[in-house]
Amino acid sequence: MLCDQCHEREAVVHLTQIAQDAVVTHHLCERCASEKGVESDSSLGKTPVGTMLASMGKSLDASAALPGGAPTGPCPSCGATLSDFRESGRLGCAECYRAFEEPLRDVLRRVHGASRHIGERYSPKGAPVHEGPADTVLQLREQLKVAIAAENFERAAELRDRLRAQGGEG
Amino acid sequence: MIDLSLLPDGGMAWLDASGPATHLVLSTRVRLARNLANHPFAPRASLEDRETIYRDVLAAARETVSLRNALSFRLDRMERVDRQLLHERHLVSKELAGLEEPSAVRPGAALLVQDRVGVMLNEEDHLRMQGLRSGFALEETYQEVDRLDFELGQRLPFAFHPEFGYLTSCPTNVGTGLRASVLIHLPGLVLTKEISKVLQGLAQVGLTFRGLYGEGSELVGNFFQLSNQTTLGKSEKELLDHLGKMVRQVIEYEEQARQVLLRDARTIIEDKVWRAYGLLRNARTLSFEETMSLLSGVRLGVGLGLVDRCGLYALNKLLVHTQPAHLAAGEGVRPDEPDLNVRRARYVRALLEDEAARRGQTP
Repeated sequence: MLCDQCHEREAVVHLTQIAQDAVVTHHLCERCASEKGVESDSSLGKTPVGTMLASMGKSLDASAALPGGAPTGPCPSCGATLSDFRESGRLGCAECYRAFEEPLRDVLRRVHGASRHIGERYSPKGAPVHEGPADTVLQLREQLKVAIAAENFERAAELRDRLRAQGGEG
Repeated sequence: MIDLSLLPDGGMAWLDASGPATHLVLSTRVRLARNLANHPFAPRASLEDRETIYRDVLAAARETVSLRNALSFRLDRMERVDRQLLHERHLVSKELAGLEEPSAVRPGAALLVQDRVGVMLNEEDHLRMQGLRSGFALEETYQEVDRLDFELGQRLPFAFHPEFGYLTSCPTNVGTGLRASVLIHLPGLVLTKEISKVLQGLAQVGLTFRGLYGEGSELVGNFFQLSNQTTLGKSEKELLDHLGKMVRQVIEYEEQARQVLLRDARTIIEDKVWRAYGLLRNARTLSFEETMSLLSGVRLGVGLGLVDRCGLYALNKLLVHTQPAHLAAGEGVRPDEPDLNVRRARYVRALLEDEAARRGQTP
């Protein structure tokens, strides 16, 4: 069923209003619904991520369109779509993180306050243990700037030490 | 019924009341969420995927030091009462045990456990490795689960992304996949009504709290599980250090609250503690919730040095064995047995009487 408002997108919100003794049902897509101030929390409110996604509805839609303008298609590996993710709050497979990289980066920033992993790096058997991109001098400098701006001096000191160890200071 | 006595200390080493700050902190848990790169995540995994995951992880685990002699439990082939037993021992989540109505136990749901480490299979993520210790021991608990992670990671293809880290079914766990939690008893802060302030403070510094049984569980007996909220953008060490620092702060607040109670309301507290003890020693019927609440009172009394005829280990034992599935198993009845509350009261009376006699106190 198409949206009553834009007649373009699939209607996912079915809003029943009672006005002057008449019952009217509107079928709206998420974007039009959110423009009307209707939150489709029926499907999204089930999971914490869903609730968070519902509250950021528009920005996820906006970021789903990549700079080139093409919307993100389904995951080539498992077939999950971005709206599957929005409904369940769960990704379909590891490949989904690549397929939905752009919108996910935004989600991760909102959930974790960061989108870059800086913890232990996985090195399967036989693979050389290499320093990941999070440990390059440029990125350490960037993180140091952020830590100082946030007055997180403990972390700043640690980053400074790591920079010194790499000979990348100054 | 499964034989939990096969587990070292019945899988309850975490309750032996040893370890630092044990009068306040019952146990420390660290879990790491991991997925195999060659299978879809749990919600999209087929029956075949789930079976393969179980087989592959079991085979890999047999080659590790951490889980070489692990016991394997297929929860999807176990009766509800047995799954509930494992859950009550904090060895599996409510979700893996399939105790959350209406959702049933998932196909391939399994637990491998050896000493203080284990791994849940086919939960929300393919692997949920966990370490569990008595008392406040974040560093030691992490080291054990980190070793298991390394050992399994050498033998299984973990899903890892150079920017996002370890990939998980839900983006709230991505990055380190680490959730560390400390199970702590905070009656002083509850009685002085400071607890909501403390919990709000924790939320502001990126920590969260849950009840005795973890995610989605209610608060009973003034027990709180404090844990990190986020998993990405900080290293494992930073996450553990931060939680540890904040837990030490909470311990300090709790100790202060207890001193305030003793100073300003000693009679009231003594009365409360001894009433709780008296009820446990004499009641003829006890619900699980009431038992938890009374045990909390006695635990506070033991911590304050007001009650000497009962030790922490006995209280921990009561905490486990008065839970519905444990009590029913001990009594040889079903957990829905109508006179379970009568049996619970009888069990508690007998155990406290023995404990008092053992400590050479007049009953």
